[in-house]
Amino acid sequence: MIPELGHFSLVLALVLALVQAVVPMVGASRNRFALMAVGRPAAQGQFFFILVSYVCLTWAFIQSDFSVQLAASNSHSATPLMYKITGVWGNHEGSLLLWAMSLSLWTVAVTVFSSHLPEAFVARVLGVLGWVSVGFLSFLLVTSNPFDRILPGAGEGRDLNPLLQDPGMIIHPPLLYMGYVGFSVAFAFAIAALLSGRMDAAWARWSRPWTTVAWVFLTAGIAVGSGWAYYELGWGGWWFWDPVENASFMPWLLGTALMHSLAVTEKRGAFRSWTVLLAISAFSLSLLGTFIVRSGVITSVHAFATDPKRGLFILALLVIVIGVSLLLYAWRAPRLGGGGSFSFVSRETALLGNNVLLSVASASVLLGTTYPLFLDALGMGKISVGPPYFEAVFIPLMTPVVVLMMFGPFLRWKDDDLVAAVRKVAPTFIASAVIGLGTAYAVDHVTWRTVLGLALAAWVVLASVQLLAVRITDRAGAGLGARLRSITASWWGMWLAHLGVGVFIIGVTLVGSLNTNLDVKMRDGQRAELAGYSFTFRGVQDADGPNYDAARATIDVRRGELAIATLTPEKRLYRAQGMPMTEASIDIGPFRDVYVSLGEEIEDGTWIVSIYYKPFISWIWLGCTLMALGGVFAVADRRYRRLAVRETTLSTQQRTA
Amino acid sequence: MKARSKRLMLVGGGVALLVAAVALVLSAFQQNLVFFHTPSEVAEGKAPTGKTFRVGGMVEDGSIKREADGLTVSFVITDTAKVIPVSYRGTLPDLFKEGKGAVVQGKLEADGTFRASEVLAKHDENYMPPEAAHAVEQASKAAATVSQ
Repeated sequence: MIPELGHFSLVLALVLALVQAVVPMVGASRNRFALMAVGRPAAQGQFFFILVSYVCLTWAFIQSDFSVQLAASNSHSATPLMYKITGVWGNHEGSLLLWAMSLSLWTVAVTVFSSHLPEAFVARVLGVLGWVSVGFLSFLLVTSNPFDRILPGAGEGRDLNPLLQDPGMIIHPPLLYMGYVGFSVAFAFAIAALLSGRMDAAWARWSRPWTTVAWVFLTAGIAVGSGWAYYELGWGGWWFWDPVENASFMPWLLGTALMHSLAVTEKRGAFRSWTVLLAISAFSLSLLGTFIVRSGVITSVHAFATDPKRGLFILALLVIVIGVSLLLYAWRAPRLGGGGSFSFVSRETALLGNNVLLSVASASVLLGTTYPLFLDALGMGKISVGPPYFEAVFIPLMTPVVVLMMFGPFLRWKDDDLVAAVRKVAPTFIASAVIGLGTAYAVDHVTWRTVLGLALAAWVVLASVQLLAVRITDRAGAGLGARLRSITASWWGMWLAHLGVGVFIIGVTLVGSLNTNLDVKMRDGQRAELAGYSFTFRGVQDADGPNYDAARATIDVRRGELAIATLTPEKRLYRAQGMPMTEASIDIGPFRDVYVSLGEEIEDGTWIVSIYYKPFISWIWLGCTLMALGGVFAVADRRYRRLAVRETTLSTQQRTA
Repeated sequence: MKARSKRLMLVGGGVALLVAAVALVLSAFQQNLVFFHTPSEVAEGKAPTGKTFRVGGMVEDGSIKREADGLTVSFVITDTAKVIPVSYRGTLPDLFKEGKGAVVQGKLEADGTFRASEVLAKHDENYMPPEAAHAVEQASKAAATVSQ
């Protein structure tokens, strides 16, 4: 009964999505307030019914109702409760339902935080979001119904893929989806701007916080996913340039470009058409990402669906969204008008340069990810594009981005003096180069990548310090405290996020050039040495979990006389699917991780053990955290709220007048 | 400087940057493509020597052997028609098993052994790497044509 209720709710949600898609749009074009007003309740009702549907599906998982096909294939009565709940999105149908729910949640957020926006504008935004929702809900109902029953019900479930039975997987998909889907709001704002022909500083100011919040979610989601790969896949890699990772990285790159382009549109009125195009592209790449991940065209832990009908449906959806929005863009964008002019030496130019580079970077990922798929689909052979390509592209593309990223904030808007600006940062720039060369010289394996990476990281950190110093001395105010307080939250956000990039580069560079590893045969009492640490094997015990059998090794880690940690890597065998799994054990430290995973038992009592020494790897995630935190600061800026109040009074006056 | 020439400079600079970046991407792309070959193709000499490529198929039953150091593994990949001996040093993926699909990436040695730098298996017990499935399918098609 409960699954049918869920199914029925989903149908009702689709009906409300249709209402939300059509009625407010008609209202906006005919200027009828009564029709526009339908948008908000329709969106909220839609969210309610999707939520009911989602809860019903979760219920089937918790109750181990294996007459529901999805629960039977992705859950097991012995699965821990937490993984029964998260197992709902560990499959094609459930994750699409989560997608639809995220979209609906964003839409509800728009209905709640849009009281200061013009009614017609909100109506159009809700209409666009409604259409996207119609697309996804009908996709669910037509090709991927999560509530399908099997008769007779299965006696026992097949359990969730063990790789997904991990705390990282509890938060990774919701964060990532909130990010992916969040760009739909920026997209809807852009389409509404094209439809109404109104696109000014106020429009950019409305769009900015939405885009930034989506970007923060996406950043956090990607970081968690990479952390999961690091400790769960058992060999200490943190990024693989896997098509699935690329799928989330492309919208991230364009989203980053979009945030910066919106800044120019708000402050200077420039880059309008470019901003709209970026908003359309970022969301299109989110959809493309969904297609790549969910259509089963690639080999991956994420590829659940192998039904070609589903792939075609998403592809059709993609073509419609991109086609319609680009047509609209071609037709309407010329009306948006240009913005303020700027000279060759200005902050706008720096931002434009980075926008171009980020877009090219995104396009290069798109090429590397989809070209093999196209070739395969056309029957022209199978190829793969691996990390060497992406590294060859990213280092030269991102180097100027990082240099410009720290130079731009020193430049004035509109026009600046190149000589004066260069003179200001030249000492910092030279110092960074010296630090890069010097540190690399002190390090063992000097490669040009290490030198470049360290110099860039030094540049970001030093220039950040200088930027802060300049900001403080420029401010009027009695004491240091007063001057610091006068700096806006959004400035701190920019500062922190850029600094985060520096921290990230330190992590990537040092782990890339200094990490060492050792694969070794070990039996009870044997010792191995790596990077100044000694590892003593203390045998293997049984350590069975609720739904798996495990062999757990105990390894004492010492540095000289000092006991550092006792690591307990496991080899698990998940009973329901008979699937083996390596569970690494890591001693995490601020300057290095010591990572141990257990391989096979090659003869009685002798095991293969992989030991990794990973210097500065946690700085990668520290950098991502700073970037995300920067986004949070930017959104917290007072001016969004202050102006919101003023605009509310304005639009109420207009309405009454 | 006149406004028009400023604008030209800006546009020109942007286009130059774009062209340089695109050229970089395309050349890197061409240099780093990794092609896939089936064991039959390798046997026919269609695979490049001294260049990294991928081979996929099934791991032949009873073919996995460990050398004395316990870390170097040799096994045979087959598409049911032809076989290719592979040697690999390192940790094997959890789902690497005899009789199951696998894809290896590496280079062909002069003696006909494939020295793998990477072994890819599937993420899921029921899932066959598409390349491996493709290799077996090609071989059985070829076998069907021969027997006719």
